[in-house]
Amino acid sequence: MQKFDTLSGIAAPMPLVNIDTDMIIPKVFLKTIKRSGLGVNLFDEMRFDRQGNEIADFVLNQPAYRDASVLVAGDNFGCGSSREHAPWAIADFGIRCVISTSFADIFYSNCFKNGILPIVLPEDQRDALMKDAEKGANARIEVDLDAQTVTSSDGDVYTFDVDSFKKHCLMNGLDDIGLTMEKAASIDTFEAQASADRPWV
Amino acid sequence: MSPKTLYDKIWDAHVAHEADDGTCLLYIDRHLVHEVTSPQAFEGLRMTGRTVRAPDKTIAVPDHNVPTTLDRANAETMTADSRIQVDALDTNAKEFGIHYYPVSDVRQGIVHIVGPEQGWTLPGMTVVCGDSHTATHGAFGALAHGIGTSEVEHVLATQTLIQKKSKNFKVEVTGKLNPGVTAKDITMHVIGETGTAGGTGYVIEYCGEAIRELSMEGRMTVCNMAIEGGARAGLIAPDEKTYAYCKGRPQAPTGADWDKAQAWWETLYSDDNAHWDLELTVDANDIAPSVTWGTSPEDVLPITAVVPDPASFKGGKVDAAKRSIDYMGLTAGQKLTDIEIDTVFIGSCTNGRIEDLRAAAAILKGKKIKDGLRAMIVPGSGLVRAQAEEEGLADIFKDAGFEWRMAGCSMCLAMNPDQLAEGERCASTSNRNFEGRQGYKGRTHLVSPGMAAAAAITGRLTDVRELM
Repeated sequence: MQKFDTLSGIAAPMPLVNIDTDMIIPKVFLKTIKRSGLGVNLFDEMRFDRQGNEIADFVLNQPAYRDASVLVAGDNFGCGSSREHAPWAIADFGIRCVISTSFADIFYSNCFKNGILPIVLPEDQRDALMKDAEKGANARIEVDLDAQTVTSSDGDVYTFDVDSFKKHCLMNGLDDIGLTMEKAASIDTFEAQASADRPWV
Repeated sequence: MSPKTLYDKIWDAHVAHEADDGTCLLYIDRHLVHEVTSPQAFEGLRMTGRTVRAPDKTIAVPDHNVPTTLDRANAETMTADSRIQVDALDTNAKEFGIHYYPVSDVRQGIVHIVGPEQGWTLPGMTVVCGDSHTATHGAFGALAHGIGTSEVEHVLATQTLIQKKSKNFKVEVTGKLNPGVTAKDITMHVIGETGTAGGTGYVIEYCGEAIRELSMEGRMTVCNMAIEGGARAGLIAPDEKTYAYCKGRPQAPTGADWDKAQAWWETLYSDDNAHWDLELTVDANDIAPSVTWGTSPEDVLPITAVVPDPASFKGGKVDAAKRSIDYMGLTAGQKLTDIEIDTVFIGSCTNGRIEDLRAAAAILKGKKIKDGLRAMIVPGSGLVRAQAEEEGLADIFKDAGFEWRMAGCSMCLAMNPDQLAEGERCASTSNRNFEGRQGYKGRTHLVSPGMAAAAAITGRLTDVRELM
């Protein structure tokens, strides 16, 4: 997994609430057996018309935001299905950080498995960053995961919370499965006891 | 010992390892797998030389992509890309030695219907699947939730999931439901109250008289949509109805094992004075046959209401409501019962069980669907289909003008050819009314099976109580 430590980039504003995983990556693109190459289809139905032409007023089609690496989003970003294709598409497009007031649970955890940092901030701070993002390409947002800070283009600093284990894995690009396998003895012990206690499982 | 919730009890019984910061390895009793979110996980195992740790606890069934037409045995009915995913599941199931119900098996169906039907899902278990509607299995008092593909790979390899505990949210539905009001209306009504993010960070336990009175099928409908309220999982404490449903299922325990199991299941309830981080009480009497008007499951109203004015909302929801109403082709103030539909879909893991088909048949018996309307019933499994045929329900549907399909996810998410065309409007018993969910620019109104049947007859959203 790609490490995440610091990021300095253009932030694209997407104030719509409840941006769901069907919007992020419509189902027609789920028929892949690979993880890669989904960035071109990110937000497909909002970004392109049926002929494949760009819809000019969609934020990521605007010249200022084509190279955005941060999304500042409305409440409850990533709600809906468990499809990891959503963070795959986001990461493949080049977005490494999403800032909102809340994220759907499964999406939030999927981000950390794919080198994306989802940041939860209170509404007023998210709104301030949304305004900052609306300034366009000259307004770069800085993110520092180690320090747990987001800095706006005006130098306002906001701190955020992140689970210490998730932070550790993201900063070091660690593979969860490898880490868990180091605890195989605990799993073996649990499994033996559980099958004695609950033989029907 | 301090009092515990049902969730606390199941959680505590499954912690295989706990780190100092509270990060746990939660042992997984049942891992359900389908063709869309698993190929990359199996590929990951291959690339790292890992195996499936507990193939006997891993159950696979193709459902999202499969055609539901009667001629689906012919491979030509599936598009090439769908075929690749289904073939990959076939190969992976065989190669890794997991339980498998192929398309040709009468037991095939939607993974969340097959699991309980075969007795894989039992009280007190941990159940995961790379699908958000895994919440369905919570109806048995099992801790069940959706996971991403990386987590699918993690569970395949280690039979555990890295988790931190969620908070406890009690949703009590007091009193009795009025005629025409169903489990679907309960769960939609609750989402209308909490909003789609209201459950984020919580596991919901549904309780109260109206929940206890529900059948297991109804309880599955309620828990199924816990995820639409943002909750990690929904739970209902097991009781005699649960045991009666499970007993005799192919994978359920028997003999002394059953007795031992039931003795433990009987301890699975929330203790008096258990701590709740959040509580919501709903009076069943306040729940009406419900329908969604917008493009979020929280956009719920009684069928007797009108399309709301976006200005009546607050914050970001004002613009979202404007966008929804525009997308849905409605106008504020329009009566919901004046909204004409052209498609009816009855099925999905929310409402594709036998009781749902019985409810639809009760409305449709001896009636015809409106001329020109497209209506389909897609049973949740091959066994539901067989039972409905045996009970004579299939004839009622066919006589009314419904298409009687084979089992699968179908138009709930439209990954197979069952889709809405641009601008088409559907009364659907599924779980999500997102933009494009049932087809590009398709419009979805979520309803109960009875409401869907009523809409099929009149050609517009209809109060089912008028046809009862």
